[in-house]
Amino acid sequence: MLSCLAFQALGVPAAASVLVHPARIAGALAVLFDQSSTSIFAPQAAPARSVYGLSLLVLGICAGIFLVVGGLLAYAVVRYRHRRGYSVREPAQIYGSNQIELSWTVIPILIVVVLFLASARVIFVNQSVPKPASTIDVTVIGHQYWWEYRYPKLGIVTANELHIPAVDPKHPVPAYLTLTSADSDHSFWVPRLAGKMDAIPNKTNTLWIDPQQPGLYLGQCAQYCGVQHAKMLLRVYVDTPQQFQAWVAAQQKTAVQDPAVAQGRAVFESNACANCHTVSGTSAHGVFGPDLSHVAGRDTIASGAVVNNTANLRAFISDPATLKPGALMPAMHLNDRDLDAVTKYLSTLR
Amino acid sequence: MATSTRVTGHIENPAAHHGALAALTDWVTTVDHKKIGILYMSSALVFLLVAGFEALLMRVQLMIPNAHYIEPETFNRLFTMHGTTMVFFAGMPMLFGFGNYLVPLMIGARDMAFPRLNAFSFWISFFGGVLLYFSYFAGSGLYGAGSAPDVGWFAYAPLTSRVFSPGHSTDYWTLSILLSGIGTIGTAVNIVATTLCMRCPGMKLSRMPLLVWLYLVVSALVFVTISPLTAAQIMLCLDRYLGAHFFDTQAGGSAVLWMHFFWVFGHPEVYILVLPAFAFANEIIPVFSRKAIFGYPAMVAASVGIGFISLSVWAHHMFTVGMGPGPNAFFTFATMVIAVPTGIKIFNWLATLWGGNIHFTVAMMFALGFLFQFLIAGLTGVMLASSPFDWQLGNSYFVVAHFHYVLVGAIVFMIFSAFYYWYPKMTGRMLSERLGKWHFWLFVIGFHLTFDFMHVPGLLGMPRRIYTYEADRGWAIWNMIVSSGAIFQAVATLLFAWNMVRSYFKGEIAGPDPWDAWTLEWATNSPPPSYNFAVTPTVESRRPLWDRKHPEEPDAQFE
Amino acid sequence: MTTNAAAIAHAPAEEWKLPSRGIVAMACVILAESAIFIIFVVAYLYYIGKSLTGPQPKDVLELPIFSTVCLLSSSITVHFAVHTLQHAKARAAVAWLAATVVLGATFLGCTAQEWYQLIYHHGLTISTNLFGTTFYSLVGLHASHVILGLLMLSIVLLFGLTGHLHQRHAERLEVISLYWHFVDAVWVVVFTVVYVLGR
Repeated sequence: MLSCLAFQALGVPAAASVLVHPARIAGALAVLFDQSSTSIFAPQAAPARSVYGLSLLVLGICAGIFLVVGGLLAYAVVRYRHRRGYSVREPAQIYGSNQIELSWTVIPILIVVVLFLASARVIFVNQSVPKPASTIDVTVIGHQYWWEYRYPKLGIVTANELHIPAVDPKHPVPAYLTLTSADSDHSFWVPRLAGKMDAIPNKTNTLWIDPQQPGLYLGQCAQYCGVQHAKMLLRVYVDTPQQFQAWVAAQQKTAVQDPAVAQGRAVFESNACANCHTVSGTSAHGVFGPDLSHVAGRDTIASGAVVNNTANLRAFISDPATLKPGALMPAMHLNDRDLDAVTKYLSTLR
Repeated sequence: MATSTRVTGHIENPAAHHGALAALTDWVTTVDHKKIGILYMSSALVFLLVAGFEALLMRVQLMIPNAHYIEPETFNRLFTMHGTTMVFFAGMPMLFGFGNYLVPLMIGARDMAFPRLNAFSFWISFFGGVLLYFSYFAGSGLYGAGSAPDVGWFAYAPLTSRVFSPGHSTDYWTLSILLSGIGTIGTAVNIVATTLCMRCPGMKLSRMPLLVWLYLVVSALVFVTISPLTAAQIMLCLDRYLGAHFFDTQAGGSAVLWMHFFWVFGHPEVYILVLPAFAFANEIIPVFSRKAIFGYPAMVAASVGIGFISLSVWAHHMFTVGMGPGPNAFFTFATMVIAVPTGIKIFNWLATLWGGNIHFTVAMMFALGFLFQFLIAGLTGVMLASSPFDWQLGNSYFVVAHFHYVLVGAIVFMIFSAFYYWYPKMTGRMLSERLGKWHFWLFVIGFHLTFDFMHVPGLLGMPRRIYTYEADRGWAIWNMIVSSGAIFQAVATLLFAWNMVRSYFKGEIAGPDPWDAWTLEWATNSPPPSYNFAVTPTVESRRPLWDRKHPEEPDAQFE
Repeated sequence: MTTNAAAIAHAPAEEWKLPSRGIVAMACVILAESAIFIIFVVAYLYYIGKSLTGPQPKDVLELPIFSTVCLLSSSITVHFAVHTLQHAKARAAVAWLAATVVLGATFLGCTAQEWYQLIYHHGLTISTNLFGTTFYSLVGLHASHVILGLLMLSIVLLFGLTGHLHQRHAERLEVISLYWHFVDAVWVVVFTVVYVLGR
């Protein structure tokens, strides 16, 4: 491995290099950092994995440089300290040496070349790949302070919880994300899947991810976008193919029309709700806020800020600032009866 | 020279004869570079304490997950004000204050080239700082309780447009920095003109102290970096008030263009901040190693090289913006290349220590802390330079840890070192070494508690500029440790302030040359008379006082 | 200690000549101002062809030949003003200065006329589209520098007309003339970018 060569180049003896072998370091790091759901050292998809491999090389080289230079500094400070009884006040004045200057210019240049080539390879692998034929295409649109997801080929519009199918290692079909923003700058960062990619208005960026392990992957917006930047959380559900088919089927249906909650639906359609939100099959076609057609099927609301249950839903509708101060949705000022009705209505929208 | 100045020979303090009002008038109307330098340093210290307090508040809020000590709006203002204040009203004025004080003395000149421009530069910068804090009262204009800007210190578009930032808080950010920029350019003009046109006889460019060289490079950088920021801010004002569309994405404008313009300023800016720290190290480390600096020509070349290369690396702040593989690769390469001359400087300092006779005065202790910490900061910088690694680490607490490692661990440490070294020259009294050691050790403990462990949340996925965080990400314990270090640093800084005040009245008398040093500022009284030197010196080498003290082996023989 | 300083002071081995402070300072200011202009030029170039609506450059811009000739000639006249003052011909210098001010003011007048046409006849303002934004800001930034230069030259002209301009002021006039040459050089760039490349 490149890192072994690097160690040898630095003159670290073979025995020591076994002790600090990259695989052992990787193992130790994994144990230490696996505790966190958003660790960059626990990659679960190819983009994150390629960064992880590069990071071990970079960390290894930097650690080596630190040990050598730091060690020499520590030695110099101890060995050449002034001691009582040291009679010579002024030591020999050495003004410089061209050979030494040359050597400690050339060696760093060589290290830079190694690091650059390794980095360039990962850059091109990740960002120069032509788009494969059949992928799941998702358009990710960042808003102040929630995420919109559109699946153009499947006719789905949803919010805050991204579903993609797990990739079959024998037939890898990565999900291809196109990122942009409707207002200020945002950034899509799910560390275990990939490095971050910014979502910028009037610009489209692309990111591909290919997780093989089903599960829930967490992240959050990584570019300061306003008051509630901190609560613009990301939840990526990597589903088994069956789970994903079921989810798609549910999303493609028109919103549930339960006559038992007709009163709540009336409140929804007649109040300002319809100006910002869409519920398919109703007269609500607003696009400023998240699509609520299947909101009851989501685990969280307010872009991951709180668990999706009746109490939180009711509180959020009544006054979002109680759960997410600075969210752009205004307090709806509904009376208790209307509030209960519309909460019940939304809870039926699976 | 065209200007004629009356040399009065008066050294005594006017206050001794006419009272406090006369002293105040003297300070407010002074054009003496030494007094202006002290004005810069004092105002910078005040802003440093204010911005430090802002940091303390943020660390209290981040101690535990989902804390409610500080509201999100307030927190966002805190990090904006903390960054803006530290860079423009604490860091730059502090470093230009030292430059103002030392450059004329070190080249044997009587004052700066343009004393009145010097005074104007200080007062306009200071006014900028006051204006920034006035926003806390007036951020929304006259009709409503206003507040401070909350757009982050780099104020990305379109968050700063009228639509997303109504009211005037963003304008306070823009205007205060514009004013500070005018002051900075004025000071840079002065430094260049003084250095090129007022050196004492015999002081060829190759005989200038390295501090003077570095301030020359810094000033050259100022001309080509502050101006892009000024231009971008003019564009922002035009957008906000005249309906222009420079950064208006709805009209086809580009948010990325602001980023390019800002970072063309922003990256060289951090070199403007760090080069003076190198300048101090170049003077202090040799004196307390009792050896000449190793490799003077290489140090000059490295400094100039760093200045040039720093103009070509700016987009490493934009690796995640989607520039494409070509630019990402280019900026990775350029950023790594700048590590080469920077490394050369570290190696030359190491070689200066090597074979020396190292005295652990407090100034030297801070300088040694600088050396170790700058090495680490440089290495985390190399990590961030790798574009793919930056895709994970960028905009996370790893970056925050890296740049605070440079700003605090390198620059603030060297500022402390410079204070302990030159305070005797400026005031005629020594700072207490005993209090200084307490200051040093407390600060070192606090610094490492905070900024070593701050790297970990970044590696665990914690982005920056968030007023709180989820409890289930594994970040809580690290944030608690990071916050605990802040207390140590606060106490240490207060100790330092106390040391400065107390030593002014009770410190040991310093005399002209307490450190047995070698550059011209030590050839005159402490504090120097207003005219600096009674007779203009003539020099024959890089260390004129060494030649005086060692006539049997003067530097002039070996250079 | 004064003894230290006195010990250090002695006659230098060779003659000690250093550059003029005023010229160095003006060179620095010109460097900084160039950097500002470069940013506005970059914005102009970047946004060429990107306006979503509104008047386009080729529809509304005409080559400002006359005003350009005036401005570039004023560099020649200010050069002669400095030259004659260096040779103690103060009255000739005042005449050349007056010519410079007149030529500069003519340039400004032409710019004002052009802007009047653009605003009232073509409906192009700074907020119309990206072309309007970048055009008015770049040309306006240059014009404001012309105004500043004219102000400085007019003050010197006033001194000259009241008999206070002498040969010993030649270097100061040279410093101001450097600024004026810079303003003219910027116009060459602006002209090329806006009226040649941009159309």
